[in-house]
Amino acid sequence: MTEFEPKIIAFCCHYCALAAADVAGKMGLQYAPNIRIIRVLCTGKVEIPHLLKALESGADGVVVIGCKFGECYFREGNFRAAKKLERAQSLIQEAGMEPERLQFDFVPGPGAKKFADILNGMTEKVRSLGPNPTVN
Amino acid sequence: MKSGSNLERLLERGEFVVTGELGPPKGPDAEVVKEKARMLKGNVDSVNITDNQTAIVRMSSIAAAKVLIDEGLEPNMQMVARDRNRIAMMSDLFGANALGIKNMLCLSGDHQTFGNHPEAKNVFDIDSIQMIYMVKTMRDENKVVCGDEIEGDFKMFIGAASNPFADPFQYRVHRLAKKVEAGVDFIQTQCIYDMKRFKEFMKQVVDMGLHEKCKILAGVTPLKSVGMARYMAANVSGIIIPEELIGRLKGAGKGNVATEGIKILCEQMQELKETEGIAGIHLMAIEWEHRVAEIMELAGFLPRPTP
Amino acid sequence: MIVGERKPFSEIMSMVEDYSKILIVGCGSCVTICMAGGEEEVTILGSQLRLAFQKNKKDVEVEEAMALRQCDDEYMNESALIEKVKKADIVISMACGVGVQHATAFFNRIVPDKPIKVVPGLNTTFMGANMEVGIWEERCVGCGDCVLEKTGGICPITRCAKSLLNGPCGGSSNGKCEINKDTECAWHLIVERLEALGELDRIKPVEMYKDWRSSHDGGPRKIIREDMRI
Repeated sequence: MTEFEPKIIAFCCHYCALAAADVAGKMGLQYAPNIRIIRVLCTGKVEIPHLLKALESGADGVVVIGCKFGECYFREGNFRAAKKLERAQSLIQEAGMEPERLQFDFVPGPGAKKFADILNGMTEKVRSLGPNPTVN
Repeated sequence: MKSGSNLERLLERGEFVVTGELGPPKGPDAEVVKEKARMLKGNVDSVNITDNQTAIVRMSSIAAAKVLIDEGLEPNMQMVARDRNRIAMMSDLFGANALGIKNMLCLSGDHQTFGNHPEAKNVFDIDSIQMIYMVKTMRDENKVVCGDEIEGDFKMFIGAASNPFADPFQYRVHRLAKKVEAGVDFIQTQCIYDMKRFKEFMKQVVDMGLHEKCKILAGVTPLKSVGMARYMAANVSGIIIPEELIGRLKGAGKGNVATEGIKILCEQMQELKETEGIAGIHLMAIEWEHRVAEIMELAGFLPRPTP
Repeated sequence: MIVGERKPFSEIMSMVEDYSKILIVGCGSCVTICMAGGEEEVTILGSQLRLAFQKNKKDVEVEEAMALRQCDDEYMNESALIEKVKKADIVISMACGVGVQHATAFFNRIVPDKPIKVVPGLNTTFMGANMEVGIWEERCVGCGDCVLEKTGGICPITRCAKSLLNGPCGGSSNGKCEINKDTECAWHLIVERLEALGELDRIKPVEMYKDWRSSHDGGPRKIIREDMRI
């Protein structure tokens, strides 16, 4: 039986996160195969409906990666994103899904190793949770 | 006479009165009321009966007041604005008169969130000051609120509360003045520990001549323990307990704290008797009714004058 | 504006779980501003319902729609919305209680061949103001006889826990109400404001009994503007 490869959607901010992704690529750092990266100008632009739709469309997990608190190019976008993630976690829990399928994290710019660690960590976490229970 | 009650006659005569307090039981057992009544009989001039105090359901003040009358004491029925609209209030007041109740107090009442039924709807159709005015109109004009004539003669000696320690401090004396204007006959204050602040308040009261328009009774409660003192200071609005008093309680030593508390109380009662504008004491010995006789004896306030 | 909060998901689910064609209709006015029943919240509820039904392997259609306002027929009288209503077997209205009732009446009039059931997605709470981002506080209970001129712009009916007209009561402490140390004592605020305006004398006379007939106690109220009716 093939091992379950979690499909993870990663909303990455244009500044720290994408810079980290870039460097990780150049360094040849390995991370899990089923990651879809979606660039956003700032994680503050990610809305709760985006997170829910990602799960509705079959993602097994969603991670939002932004700059460290205090280093957001738009000052408080990452704070807002973190708050939204918290709310989204309780919303999916209400609907019967594990809140751990949604995560917020940050990288120091350009923290390539941390970036890879986040994605690998999320993949393992979601692997242990199992496939998205709403996908038939 | 406004009602001809003992309390009214003693105050008219210039006697320094002492009123007590009794909390009815959380049930229909009249025996509980009678027992407490017997402990207070002869030791105070009339007795407040609380009305669902702290919004906890208890036997009604009007019913407990009647039980008291049957035991030969004089009740001061309390009525709060929280649970009854003006219709029910006037109706209960007619009934109170019919049962021989002659003194009452008009109070706002603790909000229902404090009690055992916080989910209940409250009333607050009229406030305590409007209630005073209402009872005065019923008595002096023989009319109900809408102007209809009352069938028969309605009599009542009207009381209210005053909290000199609540905020805003500078406004408290004006609120008392409003109660006087509304027609109050006597006032009982919140219990006093901070004598200095109370005297400041009384000075304002005397300056405004309010003590001549209504009789002011100073509220006191004996401190049974340091724990009680701290609890009241933290949780009861307007109670300020000076550190000096706490020190005396602590210094009394194990087993002697309550006795020291009574000693402090007696000293307070004497000091209040000498304070200008004070016509009496309202002694709130909640759940300590069995020590009222002792307190009154020690303070030198026995025997009580015959009305 | 009217402020409300979305009902707990489990409560909404229990109202609709036996239906198979659900329509959620949001409202673009008050409930959008207080972030309870606007477009975003409709989308969120839609996603939650679909995720929950899919998890339980139930084949349920969840549709979404918006009306600018649900308290006025003309804003709901749009064919796209009405078509969606016709196709649904239950409607969740995310409007305030006024909107839910008015939408129920309107949809049932406009779709005469089958009864339309509309359920509330919100708990409508109060008429209030937006104090800061994410904080709304009650300011008016609609007593029908505004006294704000006498009280320096602070409502004693709404903001005093006992609706006193001759406040404050003895429970006012450090400017806070006895029921909650985070609630300001309305009368403390009134006294301060009137002092600043030099109008403290306004509250020296006894304020008489309130006539509650103008308030909700007189039954559901109605206003008719004859000059507007031809």
